[in-house]
Amino acid sequence: MAKANRWRRMTRTEAFSGYMLVSPTALYALLLLAAPLATIVAFSFFKDGYLTVIHEFTLQNYIDTWSDEVFRAILTRSLFVSGMVTLTTVLIAFPIAYYISFNVSPAMKSRWLFLITIPFWTSYLIRVFLWKVILGFNGVINSSLDIVGLIDQPLNMLNNVQAIVVTLAHAYAPFAILPIFVALEKIDRSLLEAGQDLGESRLMTFWRVTLPLAMPGVVAAVLIVFIPTIGDYVTPQLIGGGKVPMVANLIQARMLDLDNKPMGSAIAVSAMAIVTLVSLVFLFLNRRFLRVQK
Amino acid sequence: MKFPALRTYAYLYLLFLYAPIILLPIFAFNDGTIIAFPLKGFTVEWFRQMAANTTLRTAVENSLIIALSSAIFATTLGIFAARAATRFSFPGKAGIIGLIMLPLVLPEIIVAVSLLVVLLGIGVTLSVFTVILGHVLICTPYAIAILNTAFNALDRSLEEASYDLGETKWSTFRLITLPLVMPGVISSLLMSFTISLDEFIIAFFLAGNEPTLPTYIFSQLRFPKQIPMIMALGTCLVAASIVLLTIAEYFRRRGIAKTGGTDTGGFL
Amino acid sequence: MTTRPTMIEFQDVHKYYGDYHALRGINATIKAGEFFSLLGPSGCGKTTLLRTIAGFEDISSGAVMIDGKHMEHVPANQRPTNMVFQSYAIFPHLTVEQNVGFGLRREAGTTEEKARRVEEALEMVNLKGYGRRAAHALSGGQRQRVALARALILKPKVLLLDEPLSALDKKMREQMQVELIKLQRQVGITFVLVTHDQEEALVMSDRIAVMFEGEILQLAEPEVLYRRPNSRQVAEFIGVMNFLPAFVLGEAGDTVQLEVAGLGRVDIEAAQSTGRATDGTVSVGFRPETLTILYDGQKAMDRETPGTIEEVVYYGDMTYYDVRLDGVEKVVRISMRNVFGRPVLEYGSRTRVAWSAGALVLFR
Repeated sequence: MAKANRWRRMTRTEAFSGYMLVSPTALYALLLLAAPLATIVAFSFFKDGYLTVIHEFTLQNYIDTWSDEVFRAILTRSLFVSGMVTLTTVLIAFPIAYYISFNVSPAMKSRWLFLITIPFWTSYLIRVFLWKVILGFNGVINSSLDIVGLIDQPLNMLNNVQAIVVTLAHAYAPFAILPIFVALEKIDRSLLEAGQDLGESRLMTFWRVTLPLAMPGVVAAVLIVFIPTIGDYVTPQLIGGGKVPMVANLIQARMLDLDNKPMGSAIAVSAMAIVTLVSLVFLFLNRRFLRVQK
Repeated sequence: MKFPALRTYAYLYLLFLYAPIILLPIFAFNDGTIIAFPLKGFTVEWFRQMAANTTLRTAVENSLIIALSSAIFATTLGIFAARAATRFSFPGKAGIIGLIMLPLVLPEIIVAVSLLVVLLGIGVTLSVFTVILGHVLICTPYAIAILNTAFNALDRSLEEASYDLGETKWSTFRLITLPLVMPGVISSLLMSFTISLDEFIIAFFLAGNEPTLPTYIFSQLRFPKQIPMIMALGTCLVAASIVLLTIAEYFRRRGIAKTGGTDTGGFL
Repeated sequence: MTTRPTMIEFQDVHKYYGDYHALRGINATIKAGEFFSLLGPSGCGKTTLLRTIAGFEDISSGAVMIDGKHMEHVPANQRPTNMVFQSYAIFPHLTVEQNVGFGLRREAGTTEEKARRVEEALEMVNLKGYGRRAAHALSGGQRQRVALARALILKPKVLLLDEPLSALDKKMREQMQVELIKLQRQVGITFVLVTHDQEEALVMSDRIAVMFEGEILQLAEPEVLYRRPNSRQVAEFIGVMNFLPAFVLGEAGDTVQLEVAGLGRVDIEAAQSTGRATDGTVSVGFRPETLTILYDGQKAMDRETPGTIEEVVYYGDMTYYDVRLDGVEKVVRISMRNVFGRPVLEYGSRTRVAWSAGALVLFR
């Protein structure tokens, strides 16, 4: 009786209802996300036998990985490319977010956002490939320039880092615009009037009021662009033509083509650690902007 | 503050965004196997090829099954989690929700690799089903983000009022909660459907020998002969997504009008 | 007032949120057919107490009885109470009549009967003909009426109102106060109102429970609360009260002899000594309207004290004077009705103030 009563009382608490409700989703994430992640972390410390995995602790995979020049080169390139993509994407996205938030009438705002999100809803692969069509040897730009007579030899615009940057900056545009837009929308317009009222020029008001208040959006945009691009597989493959591989291509090659799971795991875990580290450092550097927000 | 140059910049930016997509129909109807200017002439041959392609049909079917299942599962799981996150407080909530939302900040290749290792390890055969497992994982965070907004906008006293007027918890959910978060549920379904339909890397790792639309497209991009057909396919996809988005936007606005809210714009 | 049967009874009700003690031993009875108010500042527990009646909050210990029945295992949807929410909680996706008829879904009866009841309920709140409108297109006052009709249509034993007028502007609020009183008389059921507005509580209630920090400090009729507050907290929360430090010289039978700063020797009746002071100080309190500024040639009915006018606040029908009585640091507030032919005095001028020992309340 007492036990039944206690059970009754417990099942009526808010915490219990919360756990019950969240449990299907949490269980799913635990089984299909946490457990697999734990597994690859474990694998990265195991030995590779041919086609099997020997359950024996070793740091050899990490030693091999980090002493491998190819890995270091690829990792450096990945970080560089992602960094460039992030910088480019956020820099060209900010004025758009600003334009929609400040210069577009409220009734037209959702229409502009709609316009900006449409390309994002079309096939990523085809979008990436179309940049190959645009930039390729007999692509849109080269054939157009040829027709106009500006060039004799087609320009080589593919298979390099710049091409990857352009393609990814295009692919991740809405991811950068939306968080910045949301942050700008939150800014109380009277703050800007106050800034000018207190004697600042428009440019200085932007610099001293608008920009700091928009920073949380910018920080979010940076992370949202940086994290997926560093793990991007398609663009280096299609636009880079396999000549400028990035981390994802390396992981794929080790895991599937060579079937060396411990080695692949070690690379994946290393990449994950680097991404986390870079993100945390970035958040730390921007902590003063994030603190003022409610 | 108005900067006139910004307007010009905005239109140039839109051109940058749409440039690749504008090319799609141009080359889809171009009577030439090489994707380059000058154009040759008008043809619907590529669309005919596309319709006749049986592997493509299988890929489309697989992708639709995957996207539909992922959308429904992710949205269902999203409803549970968003409801728990917005309504209840319990110890460890931040950690649990954090884990569920983790795929948002995890490169997809990591999700794909870790799932692959585990699934192979326990002897699961790779198939459409394993792709669904992975896609539900990456769609759920988006579903939760959308549904959180919907549940947050719901005045708690509405549910209490229904309960106070004699309805049970379940009938309250059916009569009050669900109709009011319905625009969010539809957005979540559409978002998850689109993400899944377009997802390449997880499908690439987990589909085994089954083709999905993105993995099929990826495999064909190597063959120059197939490119015009892929352009035709892309054109169809763009058209379909514009129709779908317009419908979604219509429902979203109608939902806002019906409950008397103000339009804050955007799905995301 | 005739003795009425008890409708709601709180027996030592406690409520904890974790470590926070939200209700600290509530004991009170609310009578059938009474217009009862829970009054207090925000965070005092009044809304929590109301929600324990509705069944939205479980209590940690004690008991809530409604119409003689223990409510512990009765969920909100089976209690004989209905609620008007602070936000009105009008279902935005339903029409006005669907809102009002919402609770009838589970009741027996034909569709025509239910439609007639909805029509009657709308008529009762003066919303006849609004049935087909979309709920979100209504004004604040109209939403309020829909919420009332929706709750009353189920003929509850108790109607609970959670700050129902706080979202309305001043004019609308005053109009709705009168309508609510009339409605309560018409339907004759128990109304329990939560409010932080002391004026609203005074205007509308048969009895008021004043709450502070999870406790009921005083439960009484409005006039008793106003004239004989039992503590400085209640006195300060309801209306304006002036306080002057005092010293008890002695007590003899029914009389308490005091020395009051600025007023001098005063004898009051023991019945005027209801007030508690939590900090150990002794003071007397008096309302602004119990003092009168004397004009030249006027004589006090009872006692008078000289002073200087420090501030004049003109309200149209009334003027408030802040007067420093000779020999006291603190100023006292005096309210005077403006009468034709009597000039408003200027600040800085000397004046005489008439007062009466019978209007004082002693806090000790």
